[in-house]
This record gives sequence, C-alpha cells and structure tokens, in this order.
Amino acid sequence: MNNLIPAFRTYYSNDFSWIPSPLEQPPDLPSFVNPSLVTYLSGKLLLKTEISLNTPQLNELISLGLLDEIPAIEKHAWGNRCRRCGNQKSYLFAKLPDNVVYCRKCIVMGRVSEQEHLYAWRRPVSWDRHPPACKWTGELTTFQQQAADRIIKAIQEKNQRLLVWAVCGAGKTEMLFPGLSLAFSQGKRVCLATPRADVVKELLPRFVAAFPDVSIQALYGESPDKQGNAQFLIATTHQLLRYGRAFDVLIIDEIDAFPYHADASLPYATERAAKDQASFIYLTATPRPKHEREINRKKLPAVFVPRRFHGHPLPVPRFVAAFDIKSLEKEMLSRKVWDWLERRKRPDRQLLVFVPTIPNAEKVEKILAQRYKKVTCVHASDSDRQEKVYQFRKSVYDVLVTTTILERGVTFPSVDVIVLDSGHAVFDQAALIQIAGRAGRSSRDPDGEVIFFHQGKTDAMVKAVETILKMNRLGRRK
Amino acid sequence: MRCLNCHQVILHQVTWYNLFSLPQTQVICNACQSELKKITGAKCLSCSRPMEKPGLCPDCKRWEEDERWSGVLDQNISIFHYNEQMKDIMARWKYRGDYILADLFREAMQDEFQEHFMGEDVVVVPIPLSDERMEERGFNQADTLAGFIQAPVKLALTRLHGEKQSKKSRQERMDTVNPFLLAEPVHQAVLLVDDIYTTGMTLRHAAKLLKTNGTPKIFSLTLIRSG
Repeated sequence: MNNLIPAFRTYYSNDFSWIPSPLEQPPDLPSFVNPSLVTYLSGKLLLKTEISLNTPQLNELISLGLLDEIPAIEKHAWGNRCRRCGNQKSYLFAKLPDNVVYCRKCIVMGRVSEQEHLYAWRRPVSWDRHPPACKWTGELTTFQQQAADRIIKAIQEKNQRLLVWAVCGAGKTEMLFPGLSLAFSQGKRVCLATPRADVVKELLPRFVAAFPDVSIQALYGESPDKQGNAQFLIATTHQLLRYGRAFDVLIIDEIDAFPYHADASLPYATERAAKDQASFIYLTATPRPKHEREINRKKLPAVFVPRRFHGHPLPVPRFVAAFDIKSLEKEMLSRKVWDWLERRKRPDRQLLVFVPTIPNAEKVEKILAQRYKKVTCVHASDSDRQEKVYQFRKSVYDVLVTTTILERGVTFPSVDVIVLDSGHAVFDQAALIQIAGRAGRSSRDPDGEVIFFHQGKTDAMVKAVETILKMNRLGRRK
Repeated sequence: MRCLNCHQVILHQVTWYNLFSLPQTQVICNACQSELKKITGAKCLSCSRPMEKPGLCPDCKRWEEDERWSGVLDQNISIFHYNEQMKDIMARWKYRGDYILADLFREAMQDEFQEHFMGEDVVVVPIPLSDERMEERGFNQADTLAGFIQAPVKLALTRLHGEKQSKKSRQERMDTVNPFLLAEPVHQAVLLVDDIYTTGMTLRHAAKLLKTNGTPKIFSLTLIRSG
C-alpha cells in the first residue's frame, strides 16, 4: 500500500526525475568527441540512430558517465508512458511479435520500444555570454516597454511564469528583445516555440538581424538545419520532443493555438525541455478560458498590451446579416456581399476573404474572379500556400480567399477583411479575434474594414467584438 | 474500439439486423476503410494489374517471352490498389515499424485466400527479410501476412542482405542476382506471400529457386499491386 500512492502519483503527474543532472566533476572528453557533437547532444534525448557514433564509441561515453542510457518507456501498474512524447493512452501502445511494447504516438520520429533507450548528455555546456547583443534600434511604446520590463524581471528571477496578453499587431517580437538581450548576456540558452513552421521561417530573419552575434537556428519538420545545437532556437513545438532539461528560458508563442491546446504531448515536451530553474514566457492574443481563469485567480502573472505598436485602436468588426449566405453551395455569392464590394470605402486595399471550408474557398475564388482580375485561394492542403501568401503580400493578387489557416501569424500591410458565414462552428471567439486582427497592421494604413457576414449572430461573434472593444478601452486609458 | 489507422473512436451502428448479436470487433473505421480500394473489375490474368479489359498485361508478356522467366510464377493475386492512403499506411507500417497496422489487412488476406486458394493444397511461404533488415525492423511484414492465412506455413527461404528493392528501377531489379537461399525444398504447390508486387522480380527470384528444387506449382498472394 505504501508503494501504491507514489506509484499512482508518478504515473498521473509529469515526473522528470529520470533525466540525469549534469555532472559536477565531469571527466575529460575522448578524442573522437568534437565540440559540435557536444552542443548537438547537450539538452537532448536521442535515439541511438540519431547519434553519429559507432557502438564502441557510444559504450565508451556511457562507461565514462558522459552519456546516460535511459529506458524509453516507463512501466507502471496503470499502464505505460512513453518518455519521449508523454503518451499514456493504451490504444497508442502496441506490441511487436516478441511482445515488446512500442509507442505508436511518436513513431514518425523513429520507433521507441521498451528495449530502446534515450541517450542524455551529462557534461554541462557553458554557452557564450554576449555583451548587450541587441542591434535593434527601434523604440518600444509605453505598453510594449511595460511588457518588456516584466519579461526582463521574469528572466532575471528564474523559475517564473509570465503570460503576455498582447493584441494582434502589438509587436510581440520587439517586446522580447530586451529580455533576450539580458538572457544572452548571462549565457542562457533560450527556445522560442511556436505552433507553425511558417511562423518560424518568418521570425528567424528578424531575430538574426537583431542579434547578429548570437548563434540562432530555426528548427521545423523540413528545416535544412536539423542539428538544433544553437544557443537560441526558434522551433515548432513538435521539435521539443527531442529535448530534455535544455533551456533556461522558454518562450511559447500562441499558447492558445490548436496543436498546443489539443495535443497533450506538446505541453509535456515543453515542460521537459525546460531546466529546473527555467522561466516560461507565454505569448497570446486570445487566451483560452483556462488561462483567463488562472490570471483572474492570480495564479498566473500576466501583463496586458492592449494597444498596437502604431498606437491606433483595433478595427472593430461589423455584423452584416446575409441570410442567403448558404447560396454559396449553388455557386452564388450573397447580394449583401456584392453590395458591400460596390461600396467599399477604400477599394484600393487588398481583400482577405475567410470562408469556413476548403470547397467554399475554391467556389468563392471562382465567383470573385468575375469581379477582380487577380484572385487566388489557399488552404491547408495547398502545397503552394507559402508562395501565394508571399505574392499576396507583394500585391501580386488583389484578393486572397482562405480558410482559417491564415487566421494567425501572417501580416499584410493594407487589407480589408471579410468573413463569409461567420456563425460557422470553425470560427470560435479566438479565431474571429485573430481574423479581425489581420486588418490595419501597418502604421501607414492603421485601419481596415472587418465585416462578418452571418445568418444569425453567435456567442463567439458577440464575445469577439466585446473583447476587441474592451481592449480598445484599456488601450485608450493610458 | 478505436480505428487503428486514424485513432478515432468507432461507433457501432445499431440496426434491427445486429441488435441482438454481439458487436463485431472492427479495427478500422468506415472512413478509412473506404479509402482502401480493392482491385475489382478487369485485371491482368497473370499479375492482377488493373486493366481496361481482361488479358495479359505488357509486363507479363515480357516475362513470358523471356526464356529465363517463362512459367516461373503461375499466378499472382493482389488485393489492393497502391493509392495515397495505402502508401501512407505502408510508410508507417513497414518503414516506421508500426507493426500493429498489419491487423488492417487480416480480413482481406483471409477472404482472398478463401476465394482463390481454398481448394488447392498449398504451403504458404512468406518472402523473407535479410537478418540485418529483420534486426532493424523487428518484424517481417510478409511473415505477419502469411500468419493470417489458415494454411500451413513453411519458412523455406532465407535472404542475403542487399539494397532495398523499392529504391531501384525496373532494369536494375532485372539485373540483380538472386538474393534468396533455399532452406528446405518443398514438393507441393506453394503460395508465396509478400506485401507488394511491383515488377514481380522478387517473387520470381523466389519462385525460380523453389521450382528448380522440385516445387511443382507456384502462386503468389500480395497485398498490393503497385505500378
């Protein structure tokens, strides 16, 4: 009975005590270990096949105590847990012919079974200490500065959590610069995790420009560089499944976005990738109710950035009832939409059209081609997506029809935004706020029309507008 | 029950027909099942390749014109088309090593065996893997498929280590030396079992070795006809 309760606890809470701590008096390195191998191994949990050493070399490192061999699957009385992805679901484990259990959840990263091991490096690595490294010369707004100060404090004090609740277009990236500068001056290792590879690719050049002397790498599924051995990593959240006790500062972008929110292995991997004393910075424009509750109960420190970097308020969506919006099925666009297109205040702006489904996107593209010369559409299964988005930004297209995939993380200088059938279930409150946040992003054109065409208001629509109005009120106050 | 392929919960449709019977165990959901297309309609009489009208396909004619290979393999039956969904499943099953996905094919293998080979008195011989590949993968997909069939199985062949067949062109495959070694001769009709029939080279290498050592008739049952 005495063993039962601890056994129960280790199974139902995330316990990372199996990751070895760094050695206090590490032995000298054998000659076949070069510095880039050390940084590659540092902070990782790797399979044998992911390490480019032969078996005798590997065994030598293990016997020296430099490399630790950890069973990849935990066996509990209540079931198994995969130590790489945190999977505990019995239907995601299966057996090989010789009854060896393996994890099906993370199998695309190479199969781990109960006979396999994860390898962890135990010699501490000291990262470069950079004198104030930020080469960014812009200036932060008052709101941004407040957030930046809180971020600095969280990084300084260690073991902190901070949620930065910043409206779409608040300039989140810039707010991070002072804090990062401090972290690099103290020789800390930092990871910025974001849900989508598109965002990683967009962020990399901005950080490289701001911190030219710091080693920075982008890591995502198809990234050219897979080493992941830089001091500052910008990665998709999935990439953290290879890390353990690696980072002093973890910045989680879009904490409310779909994969992080829905896939339990991502919070697991994130927690594991942080060192004992690490600070977490969460960034979001639309926190989930769970986080809002934590903020209200003062469990999760938070800082608001209710105003955009250019100081103008968020465009407020307007509702237009269009009860024939479903006529889309018959390849017809609602009259109300045509009327609005006729009377746009600034017809020179580009037009971003959100629709609920992929077939809808293709239909709307066809219909709008009657009126506009250059129309295109993108969706999740479109392989040219990146290219089309890039061209839209370069004004090659007048109109871009999209599903919710472009709801976040993309910036276009001057657009009007319309949502067709905004009452559809895919458009939840967070999605609508994000969509409205695509308009008025640049200081040259800080406004933009946002129209929700609907056939009956939904709670999500009403709450989205309430939240936007509230943020605008907060932003005016100071 | 969850679908082995997409992990979604499978809901049983209750109708008057099945109300009082025990629910059948279903391993794949209807949506995934419908993506796996069986080869129906006109096909090559020799290799099961889908065709406009029944007959011999050009590749099989070439095999039969070649004196080295003529009559080596009596007939191949393939079950599924090699569509995108199937490629995806094969990638996870064979190359990632998700062993349990084999269960998706249990019923199809049994049905097809019943339909084509029930009357014949055959011994099932799975196409082997080399020891190295076996070590790496942990299972032989052909062994697993053969195990689904209600017939005696004999491991009559072994295989030397070589490059993966799937990385070679047709010509390269034609030129390779026979990778198989005979473990024991079989003196009755043999049903070879493998996962994919692409050019038919692998199966013919195995068949030739068996035939020259006294096997009278050789058929093959493969899960997929690709190409």
